[in-house]
Amino acid sequence: MAEIIVENLSHVYSAGTPFEKAAIQGIDLTIPQGQFVGLLGHTGSGKSTFIQHLNALLTPSSGRVLVDGEDINQDKKTRYRVKQKVGLVFQYPEYQLFEETVFADIAFGPKNMGLSAEEIEERVREAAGFVGVDESLFQASPLELSGGQKRRIAIAGVIAMRPGVLILDEPTAGLDPRGCRQIMDNICRYQKETGATVIVVSHNMDDAARLAERIIVFDHGGIAMDGTPEEVFSRPRELIDIGLAVPQSTAIAMALREKGIDLKGAVYTHEQLLDAILRAKGVDAC
Amino acid sequence: MLKDITLGQFFPGDSIVHKLDPRTKLILVIVYIIALFQAKGWISYALVVLVTVLCLALSHIRFKTIFKGLKPMLFIIVLTAALNIFYTAGTPVLPGWIITWEGIDRAAKMILRIVLLITGTFLLTYTTSPMALTDGLELLLDPLKKVKLPVHEMTMMMSMALRFIPTLIEETDKIMSAQKARGADFENGSLIQRAKALLPILVPLFVSAFRRADELAVAMESRCYHGGEGRTRMKQLKMAGRDAIALVLGLLFLAGMILCKRLGL
Repeated sequence: MAEIIVENLSHVYSAGTPFEKAAIQGIDLTIPQGQFVGLLGHTGSGKSTFIQHLNALLTPSSGRVLVDGEDINQDKKTRYRVKQKVGLVFQYPEYQLFEETVFADIAFGPKNMGLSAEEIEERVREAAGFVGVDESLFQASPLELSGGQKRRIAIAGVIAMRPGVLILDEPTAGLDPRGCRQIMDNICRYQKETGATVIVVSHNMDDAARLAERIIVFDHGGIAMDGTPEEVFSRPRELIDIGLAVPQSTAIAMALREKGIDLKGAVYTHEQLLDAILRAKGVDAC
Repeated sequence: MLKDITLGQFFPGDSIVHKLDPRTKLILVIVYIIALFQAKGWISYALVVLVTVLCLALSHIRFKTIFKGLKPMLFIIVLTAALNIFYTAGTPVLPGWIITWEGIDRAAKMILRIVLLITGTFLLTYTTSPMALTDGLELLLDPLKKVKLPVHEMTMMMSMALRFIPTLIEETDKIMSAQKARGADFENGSLIQRAKALLPILVPLFVSAFRRADELAVAMESRCYHGGEGRTRMKQLKMAGRDAIALVLGLLFLAGMILCKRLGL
């Protein structure tokens, strides 16, 4: 399992040309093993650049990234090995499916790790189980399935490597509400059952509020906020100023407070909202 | 990164060369190429170099940009030069050597010819946007519509292909990253292994190219696109006085080159 330490990380795109642009600057961060982290930030805030540093897809312009106490950019070997420890699922991962069958596509990662045939099969079954893909689909072509199923197979392809850290870039973008919920639940289950660290980049504040233990907000290539959902969502004004939204319940609570209704405590989930309203009306929460 | 490739890239600007009508520039490039092939002696080559440098100066393109574009051609240039140096009969540079003075002379001219040829076409693509270029081409080829050549369709396909090159490069970058994250290895292994490693990139790339083509077709149809007949343009191309001057100068240059050839310069 893996702890991630990021020290003074910066990345500059097209250094030394007129198009030079600092994407992230001076990031210091420690993510202990097993944490469920929500990564928020508007488009261009540097979060996608940041996550690509965590598995050495991008090399830092300056600073270090340590996974399990080892600098991942030491040499070619560590850069290659870290990709098995830190699994990264890109945005719209279904566009990267290429094999003839679902089974073969999920097996691509484990095969690259050089595992035996039995081990590969075991991992494919396990990964498919985590994302709720039925084994009857194993021989189907991944290109013929529905969008939601493709997405789950693509995620299974990364999970099959059994990464100690699972990073997902907007895993629910473009899915219907049921598809979103299923995928978020699958990811949660993976985290609970394996004890892996999970980092989810999301624009969905409600998901972030409901699932994450810790929320990190990116703005202009740096970290603007870092704390528990309670801490971050108790500062809704700042979030809105950065150009982000707040969870629905927080927005309702803000509106009620403006009308003079005194709600106590931080409100970022539906339960908390109900609770706060009941308490304000003098009724004890059930 | 793949993105750093320059392939006849357009550099926006407002020099006199940028302002010329794309049709004029297309004709001038053809005239330039014909003129270049008239060159035999060093004096005529000097004349072409002079004209090329003058045009570059007028277009505000820096020599550095041209050199950068020439780099991918380096292999071909060196190869042609080497072949000419070693395989031309004549007086040896030193007794017993295979290298001859004639060979060196011929190789130098060959290098110059290739470099000038590429520079001339760069001058066109660096100062003309792909859209203007295809528009100009369509209008120039307009008479061929009489013989049922689908000129509009051809140029439309060309501009679409150009339009999608950057998009597909970006897509390739993304797919490569994603497969690398799954442990794909594109750099090591034998030639066959590396060729096989391209499959996880090519399949998704083709799938997405077809998807994009489909979406584009639907988008065009829903805006009532029905081919070139009766179609008007947002940017009407108009020949101006400077175009006439440029064309006359171009023809004078060609005449001068033909004269040089006759005189054996």
